[in-house]
Amino acid sequence: MHLVSHPDEVKVVSKRFGKGATDLDRYLALDGYKAVQKALGMQPDGIINEVKNSGLRGRGGAGFNTGLKWSFVPKQSAKPKYILCNGDESEPGTCKDRLIFEHDPHAVIEGVVIAGLAVGSHTGYIYIRGEYRYLSNLMQKAIKDAYARGLLGKNIFGSGYDFDVYWHGGAGAYEVGEESALMESLEGKRGIPRIRPPFPAVVGLWGGPTVINNAETLASVPHIILGGAEWYSNLGTPKNGGTRLFCLSGHLNRPGVYELPMGYNLKKMIYEVGGGIPNRKKLKAVVPGGSSTPVLTADEIDAPMDFDSLMKAGSMLGSGGVVVLDETTCIVKFALRTMKFYRHESCGWCIPCREGTDWLEKTLIRLHAGGGLKKDIDNILYLSENMLGRTFCPLGDAAAMPTIAFVKKFRKEFEDHLEARPCAFEAAGSVERLPVMA
Amino acid sequence: MADVNITVDGKKVTAPAGTLLIEACKSVGIEVPSFCYYPNLSLQGACRMCLVKVEKMPKLQTACTTVISEGMIAITNNDEVRQARKSMVELLLGNHPLDCPVCDAGGECELQDMTFSYGAAESKFMEAKNHKDEQQWSPVVYFDRPRCILCYRCVRVCGEAMDVWALGVQNRGVVSVIAPNKEDHLECEECGMCIDICPVGALTSGAYRYKTRPWEMNHVGTICTHCGDGCKTTLGVRRSDSGMQIVRGDNRDKSGINGDFLCIKGRYAFDFADDPQRVTTPLIRRDGQLAPSTWEEAFELIGKRFAEIRDKEGGRAIGVVGSNRTTNEENYLLSKFARVVLKTNSIDHRRTADFPAFAAAMVGKPHAAATMRDVFNAPAILVIGNNPTEQHPLLAWQIRNNVRLHRARLYVINSRPIKLRRQATSFTEIPQGTEGQAAAFLGGDDSAAEALGSGSREMWVGLRDKLRGEGKLIIIFDSAIRGKDISALVKFGSAVSGAKFVCLGDYSNSRGAADMGLYPDFLPGYRPIADASTFKDEWGDMPTAPGLNVSQMAEAAAAGTLKGFYVVGSNPVGGLGLDPFAFSNTFVVVQDMFLTETAQMADVVLPSANAYEKAGTFTNTCGDIQLVKKAGEVSDVKSDFEMIVRIADATGFEVRKLVPFGGRGTSADMGQSRGAQSGEADRHVVWLEAHGLEPKMSPFDPMAILDEIQRLVPGYDVSRMNLLAGNDQHTTTVGTGQGGVQDAKLIAPANDNLFTSGTLGRYSRALNSVIENRNPEPAEEVAAD
Amino acid sequence: MRFSDEFEGRFSEMLSHYPTKRSVLVPTLLYAQDEVGYLSDEVIAELATRLDLTELEVRNVISYYSMLTTKARGKYNVQVCTNISCMLRGAEEIFEHCKKRLGVGPHGTTPDNLFSLEEVECIGACSWAPAVQVNYDFHENLTVDKMDQLFDECKKEGTQLRNL
Ligand SMILES: Cc1cc2nc3c(=O)[nH]c(=O)nc-3n(C[C@H](O)[C@H](O)[C@H](O)COP(=O)(O)O)c2cc1C
Ligand code: SF4
Ligand code: FES
Repeated sequence: MHLVSHPDEVKVVSKRFGKGATDLDRYLALDGYKAVQKALGMQPDGIINEVKNSGLRGRGGAGFNTGLKWSFVPKQSAKPKYILCNGDESEPGTCKDRLIFEHDPHAVIEGVVIAGLAVGSHTGYIYIRGEYRYLSNLMQKAIKDAYARGLLGKNIFGSGYDFDVYWHGGAGAYEVGEESALMESLEGKRGIPRIRPPFPAVVGLWGGPTVINNAETLASVPHIILGGAEWYSNLGTPKNGGTRLFCLSGHLNRPGVYELPMGYNLKKMIYEVGGGIPNRKKLKAVVPGGSSTPVLTADEIDAPMDFDSLMKAGSMLGSGGVVVLDETTCIVKFALRTMKFYRHESCGWCIPCREGTDWLEKTLIRLHAGGGLKKDIDNILYLSENMLGRTFCPLGDAAAMPTIAFVKKFRKEFEDHLEARPCAFEAAGSVERLPVMA
Repeated sequence: MADVNITVDGKKVTAPAGTLLIEACKSVGIEVPSFCYYPNLSLQGACRMCLVKVEKMPKLQTACTTVISEGMIAITNNDEVRQARKSMVELLLGNHPLDCPVCDAGGECELQDMTFSYGAAESKFMEAKNHKDEQQWSPVVYFDRPRCILCYRCVRVCGEAMDVWALGVQNRGVVSVIAPNKEDHLECEECGMCIDICPVGALTSGAYRYKTRPWEMNHVGTICTHCGDGCKTTLGVRRSDSGMQIVRGDNRDKSGINGDFLCIKGRYAFDFADDPQRVTTPLIRRDGQLAPSTWEEAFELIGKRFAEIRDKEGGRAIGVVGSNRTTNEENYLLSKFARVVLKTNSIDHRRTADFPAFAAAMVGKPHAAATMRDVFNAPAILVIGNNPTEQHPLLAWQIRNNVRLHRARLYVINSRPIKLRRQATSFTEIPQGTEGQAAAFLGGDDSAAEALGSGSREMWVGLRDKLRGEGKLIIIFDSAIRGKDISALVKFGSAVSGAKFVCLGDYSNSRGAADMGLYPDFLPGYRPIADASTFKDEWGDMPTAPGLNVSQMAEAAAAGTLKGFYVVGSNPVGGLGLDPFAFSNTFVVVQDMFLTETAQMADVVLPSANAYEKAGTFTNTCGDIQLVKKAGEVSDVKSDFEMIVRIADATGFEVRKLVPFGGRGTSADMGQSRGAQSGEADRHVVWLEAHGLEPKMSPFDPMAILDEIQRLVPGYDVSRMNLLAGNDQHTTTVGTGQGGVQDAKLIAPANDNLFTSGTLGRYSRALNSVIENRNPEPAEEVAAD
Repeated sequence: MRFSDEFEGRFSEMLSHYPTKRSVLVPTLLYAQDEVGYLSDEVIAELATRLDLTELEVRNVISYYSMLTTKARGKYNVQVCTNISCMLRGAEEIFEHCKKRLGVGPHGTTPDNLFSLEEVECIGACSWAPAVQVNYDFHENLTVDKMDQLFDECKKEGTQLRNL
């Protein structure tokens, strides 16, 4: 269920949450599949322009204009074209696609079909991470139901257009969320990213042009088609159209997934939507867009939550995972846990990421345990900076960027761990039971 | 392809469109470091060593994956690039053991070199290194995991280039590890390509590891002694108690016809050379036992006896068997010696293909014999019969990689589903033993299709039409196709524009043995005995009637008419099944490395040097002639060349008439017989040639007879300078004698596989240890897309 | 080897979804594991044959994905997320508690083969942290007490099943 709400929410993608829309009849009753029908009457370029003008930017993390991405797919192609929905959702701090799959799986299917119509593809895959078994079951059922009604398969809605949608499942790997590794995984291989160029839009699955979008991105598309680009765009800020699901987690009174307009103020998000910090603790820092994004200090949070503003603030909007840290949090430990994740999830293909994450984790363990030396701090920076921009895929950056920010913004905390000093937070007991929201 | 202009470090570079930036840089001498990039293997972009600045790109780019584009401006040596390289090395060294002093690769390690070049001298790493124990994956392959830098070269060479797919990557992240196909061991072709291609000491050779340091070896580039393909190999030699020991065979000299390639035999099976069973002193039978003697005594005895028999019974009473493993010079000399000194045409060898029929079919088509290099470049290839993967590993490599890299079309006609079918555009199965009919059918005999099994006649006609449509087809066949079937096939091929042929023989110099006239009815160059005039002019008197072939010699011996039997580097008793008792009353002389079945019945055994221990030339099965250089040395053995000359001398023959040495007054022995220094002599020879001097200095100098070969054997007039410089030269079939259809029954193919090689392989410890470790019939596994 | 009819049905249907056979590999491995408990040599050999892959390739893929295992696990695989959001809300305490209660370390299995314990990366329950997955079931907003209840339930169910 997982549902919360707040008056500031603007429900677009989450419109049908909690309304039983996993059931096809319910979904149809709630305007389901109307967007596909509308899109069937549009020119492919018309669909692309609508999406482009809506200002919809990829919700998977990079924030690329979705319509623009679709326009890169060649009109003519000897090989079949594919739509690939990225539901690998594994970025720490992120749990939004899960809600979409749980409450509105047909919206994703619909988005996939519309993307297919836009680029002239006849096949879509919805890749769902292996841990989400119950959601895979829901999705498989949704697909089956749609086929049974003739909404998928041959001649959809009697339009003469064939479109197949298939479910595909992962088996535990964060890196597989990276678009090219995702394709490898779908092809039955290890999730090692591919060399780019060529980009998936030109050479993707089995060599055919492939559109890869995040589940939330695709679930937004039907609403854009029905509501129009202008309506959607106006929900957000000029270059950041619409709304997005923000996953509020960490030290908050009301953690949860909330749909808010792009550009919503982060401070407000924390204190009003998320209910502020429990136990009258002070805010220490916020990781604004999933574990890969550089941390913001308490002084930096008065910022609009859109891709460009956060970039300006030295961080990134990422996947919409807002992780809130109160004053009891040890930044070194937090950095360590973050690095442990990247070390564990690095695919190991390239030297800087494979060796860098291991080295950094080892150093952070030692430092956090009180065995740090003065030069360690600069070495952490040195290693991270030398990974940055030099790895084969962005996972290396995702490990380096937050680390650099932790050290630069909380250097003193790192220094406080030196000279065999025990972690001050550990002693005070950072683990506090928090009141839990239903 | 159109050319593209780019600028690298201010230098203008022009290269064909599609060139990778790293190659474009290399072409103008700008070295961009790399670990994972390896020419002709798939791109990885994994090691990030090759990062360079490309203008207009915000991040550094990998030169190994960047395709050049018009106007591209790249910088390979600014501070940012240098720092990137340095940090990459630092990151690698983090977990890398610093056991360079004991590592096999120490001194020839790419990681060492990079560390030296890009300066990561001061270690920032203070953590515990990830350790794992070394593993033995096969008798010849060891893996030291912590040393591995995960460049994936081994995985790719094994999979893409060898089509074996025995290596993979297990786990992910920092615990990623290269893994063998059978969990803790390898089941593969044991080619050792993975070891050679490993930039560090992670994969090491069971045959070489911990034996020596690279800089303690001399490196001699020569030709492998095993199969007929003629791979160039670099032998690492080191001084030993009894001369020079070969401790390593590898592939640092990639200039040869084999490029990167060596198979298990080339890489490991050099160790027959120091097998303890080797004969190292001349043996003379006394009281029924072979007992050590001096060389002088042995030569005197042989000379005396051969002269006696010749003078009393006539040359016909002596039979000579030559070798598939001796040099062209030795074979030519033996052919001449038999006819001129012993006055017999009864000379033969173990024939492994119908080369005379091939030569006859090629008359008038001087350029229709394909080179080993052609096989890598031809747009289309037809292989009838044979299993090249097992019997001609280099040929298989050329074919496979031609298909992979140049998209050549491969047609396979075979009675078994040979592994090369995996590369084939078309695979046609025929009943066993019908290769000849297939050739006849292609040659136009439609009735031959009857024998070809289930395939319909239309299918066969379709295939033939398709093949006819292939320009520049290379047609490859082995001893299964003989006599008139060869001419039918050549006739068919000649109708195809530009078709070329390869006739496959089995041993390292089988082709040379045939070319040099180790036949009772042919002189060198397949010139029939009846047509000996060219040779008579130079050689002088010789018998005019054809002699006996090997089996006839055995019959004659049994009948008491063969009184002398001279076997050079061959084992007709063990290999051809001759009855040893037939020779009880024959004076038998054997020159060999080992006490073979034939040597055991000899009256005199002369210990011989093998092809790794002498100089000369070999002709591979395609007709590519290459220089063989002395690498190893075992004291107290002699080259067959020297022994033939000494025996001639001992019969009282004037040696200068056999070997035209000492012309123009030069008479220094330049040391051809002096161990690893033989290279010196070769360089002198080149120098002498360059100055118009004749390089004939001693009667034991094979180069002296090479002059004569080049003069008298058609097709052998290749560039001497190139040959001596170590380049392969192609013998043409210009003016080859008429040859003739041979008695097909006399052909006895070796039927060796990857792990056996006749007389040499059985003495290789490395080969034997691999065989012992193998499952009898390893399942052939197919890799999917 | 034999899998269930359900598996076979799914397998052959999935094969029809892709242009190459091996594309079904990753989800198929997970379903096979669910059936057999782990990816045994037999399962690996069988799937390799079916998909025209070498066993090595199948192993390489298995070892890449953290949910796949070639070793048997307990009936209830307790996967405690300790990633950042969960950590902030007490996941370490939960994990320590699990270790104590089960008497096993990470990747350990209790002697009665009922429970295995694993520390896992983010499972997508950040807003409902701390969270644990037992096999595929999510348990969220956990406390040590709730965790104990969960263990008790599992134990009860597991023992009942065993006594059937
Ligand atoms: C290491 C890594 C992990 C990623 N994981 C995910 C993911 O789980 N889900 C997702 O939608 N995108 C993920 N991405 C982003 C994708 O590569 C890709 O940009 C995205 O799916 C494109 O869809 P969008 O344009 O709709 O955002 C990841 C990227 C990287 C580098
Ligand atoms: S940065 Fe390199 S090692 Fe890390 S996940 Fe990407 S490719 Fe793999
Ligand atoms: S050589 Fe370019 S990344 Fe390795």
